[in-house]
Amino acid sequence: MNKEESINEKDDMQIDVHAPGNQQLNKDSHEFSFDYLKVYYGKLFPYSDIFRWMSYGNDGKHPACDESYFSRREFSFTLENDVYLRFQSFKSATDLENSIKEKCPSKIDIGPVYSVDPSKRHAYVQAGNNVFTPVERELVFDIDITEYDDIRYCCSGSDICLNCWPLMAIAIKVIDTALRDDFGFNHILWVYSGRRGVHCWVCDGRARRMSNEVRSSITDYFHVYKGSENGLKKASLTGLALHPFLARAYTDVLLDYFERTLIHNQKLFSVEDRYVKILDIIPDKSVASEIYEKWQGNKRSSTSEEGRWDQLKSMLQSGKHKGLRRCVEEIVFSYTFPRIDMEVSKHMNHLLKAPFCVHPKTGRVCVPIDPKHCDDFDPTFVPTLSLLLEELNAGGVRMDVENDWERTSLDQSIRFFRSSFLQPLMKSCKPNN
Amino acid sequence: MEIFRSQKKPTAEAASNLSLYRCAPSLEVRLDDFELYAIDRLRVLKGISNGLSRGKRPDEMETLVKELWRTNMRHPDVTQLINKDLISHFVLRLVYCRTDELRKWFLSMETTLFRYRFRLESPESQRMLMAEFQLPYKALNYVEYERVKDKLTQVSRSISQSSNVDTIFFKVPFEEVPELVANRRVFLLKGNAYVAMNQVASIVVSHFRSNLSKALVLTNSRKWTSTIREQEKDRLTPIVEALGSSYLGPDYSQPMEFTDISLKDIDQLANTSFPLCMRHLFNRGVGLNLENALAFWRAEFSQKVGSERFDKEYAYTVRHNYGKEGKRTDYTPYSCQKIISVTPSVGDHHGCPYRHFSEENLRAALSKMGVGGRAMDDVMDKVRNRHYQLACTMTFETIHAASCDSGINHPNQYFIQSRKLLEPKGQSLS
Repeated sequence: MNKEESINEKDDMQIDVHAPGNQQLNKDSHEFSFDYLKVYYGKLFPYSDIFRWMSYGNDGKHPACDESYFSRREFSFTLENDVYLRFQSFKSATDLENSIKEKCPSKIDIGPVYSVDPSKRHAYVQAGNNVFTPVERELVFDIDITEYDDIRYCCSGSDICLNCWPLMAIAIKVIDTALRDDFGFNHILWVYSGRRGVHCWVCDGRARRMSNEVRSSITDYFHVYKGSENGLKKASLTGLALHPFLARAYTDVLLDYFERTLIHNQKLFSVEDRYVKILDIIPDKSVASEIYEKWQGNKRSSTSEEGRWDQLKSMLQSGKHKGLRRCVEEIVFSYTFPRIDMEVSKHMNHLLKAPFCVHPKTGRVCVPIDPKHCDDFDPTFVPTLSLLLEELNAGGVRMDVENDWERTSLDQSIRFFRSSFLQPLMKSCKPNN
Repeated sequence: MEIFRSQKKPTAEAASNLSLYRCAPSLEVRLDDFELYAIDRLRVLKGISNGLSRGKRPDEMETLVKELWRTNMRHPDVTQLINKDLISHFVLRLVYCRTDELRKWFLSMETTLFRYRFRLESPESQRMLMAEFQLPYKALNYVEYERVKDKLTQVSRSISQSSNVDTIFFKVPFEEVPELVANRRVFLLKGNAYVAMNQVASIVVSHFRSNLSKALVLTNSRKWTSTIREQEKDRLTPIVEALGSSYLGPDYSQPMEFTDISLKDIDQLANTSFPLCMRHLFNRGVGLNLENALAFWRAEFSQKVGSERFDKEYAYTVRHNYGKEGKRTDYTPYSCQKIISVTPSVGDHHGCPYRHFSEENLRAALSKMGVGGRAMDDVMDKVRNRHYQLACTMTFETIHAASCDSGINHPNQYFIQSRKLLEPKGQSLS
């Protein structure tokens, strides 16, 4: 299949790829096809960037370079017919590129670096215990919007829109800050997962070499939810004060988003079953029902959502009722605090989708997200396969660009990937570091 | 006789009696002592296990451990105290290295024992132990301390500890204190955890734990019996194996006082004396599970039902469960600890109901058993705090209107104590 055909086919379908704003991503399944994907892998996928990243400085001529390093990394491919190929490994960037072009995987996952080449693991089985074992792995996080279904009312399931994206922005801000300030990590990459969430890769040498136990401890550090009550995942806060990490998250991020964005976006205090859910968090039922009656009686009055929240806050913080001190915070945490998929982060051998893959359901590219500007990130404007091919086609045969992606919307993403992540990382990577 | 305590020579004053058990002692040990010491230590570990499942608070645990150690680990010859500690520890290593399950239990109990013994040491010897673990942590100096002191106070308030201005803090790479990080019990800044002196135990303990964990795996994989002389092997193997099978309290594989159980009584017994986990298993109504339950109880109590008849009727289940015939004596009843630690998959009906039931289902089940009102709230409270065995104990106490000081540690124990209360001695069930 050549490029012309694919573009023509797309034109026939008359896709309005520039449709703005609130469209729901899952409906865009016509954004994806394996023919498009072939062109994408042929012209746009940044192989050399992925290779340089995954080599961590071991691709040079320096004598201290570990030449086997990249080839001990596991890649996994999901093929068109849903065949899943695990334990793929590659000697070089070219090797990686050829294999991806040949197999055209709908998904590429990245696993750990093993003690030995994972594609030859069977040869080591006889050699004795535990020869084949993961030795390095980025600390990774996976946050899915589906985890927030009990507190978002705009979408459900895999859908995501600008009204619930702030929940992702909060997660990025809270976790990014803690990873840098608390844990001292510097090389952090945030990536849109292509449909319903975000991935995070922490790539410092120190992070890559952590044991599973330490990974678990960081995951737990980020965890405040204690089971669910009345269909709400409830944050549980104890003690006389909040831990500095939680206090900072609360004052710098959570409260602000809750009051300025989510109350309004999700209509938390204007729809009865929604505010009832919030009132349910209050352990003192007499207080909860007092407020409930007030708001019920006030139906026709113009008490705004913000007004109701203020009422609730002042009631809970008045000090008249014992045991409610933490309640305002618990409400805000329950409705804003990041909900990471803990299992993904706890073990070295958990696979995670590679950046710059294309999500087969939405056709969107898994592009990096700038944590500093994650508020401005619009998942509905992430380049799709068909958009990229159209741009590629419209550019004609320009000779003044080195790479094809420079003629597409991917240009911005790859530039950001290099300047904000890859280059600083390379600088820090002395061989074997 | 030579005592191999550690690489470091203990100085007379500060020398602590707490060993890190790095090397097995090269001592001559009398065969009797070999076994007796091990049993004494087992009593300590068992007591700790009970304390933990009773949900004792740290300060109560400290008292308990002190007491257990004092009563069980004494020796008429004071110079032998350390040897007894070492010998018993290493003997139990042999016993408990053999399966994942055993290792997990031993590791957990020995670590707990170590933690509280460490806490009881003087600050001076605590520091020496830190040095033995090669933990060269520097205390924060005044300038550093001033810079972060507000945060440190905030942390201690967040874990409801009074902050003591005199406390010494250490700056430690966060990787070294996963436990403290996981529970947000330390302040973190740029990859360092700020650990208070009273939390140092956590560091030392986690080193102890990981060393012991590795050592146990190693002991097992080395097949200790192959490394000792043939005649030793013959002498020691039976002892080690016997110690292993008696590891959890009373031996429930022996015929009990309440052996007059016939199949027709089981219905009635289930209503009065089965713990909730067994009622559940039994009452789910599916044929196979009924059989499972019967097989279970048969193996434990019904020697007199008639093995032959039982085998005829339930041989399929037995075969199914054990893979082959004649293996049934290996059907070791699960202790609460084991039941709680197993997560039943969908469609399974075993597991600890206090842990695995939804709150609603548990309430329903409990009220069926006759638990209500305040008692219900108390039980649910224990459940919420994950003290499942305590919840079961309270259920027992409510239903039987009697106290159960030992706590419930085993479904069979529940049953036996129930029978003891419900029927005067000697009277048969039917």
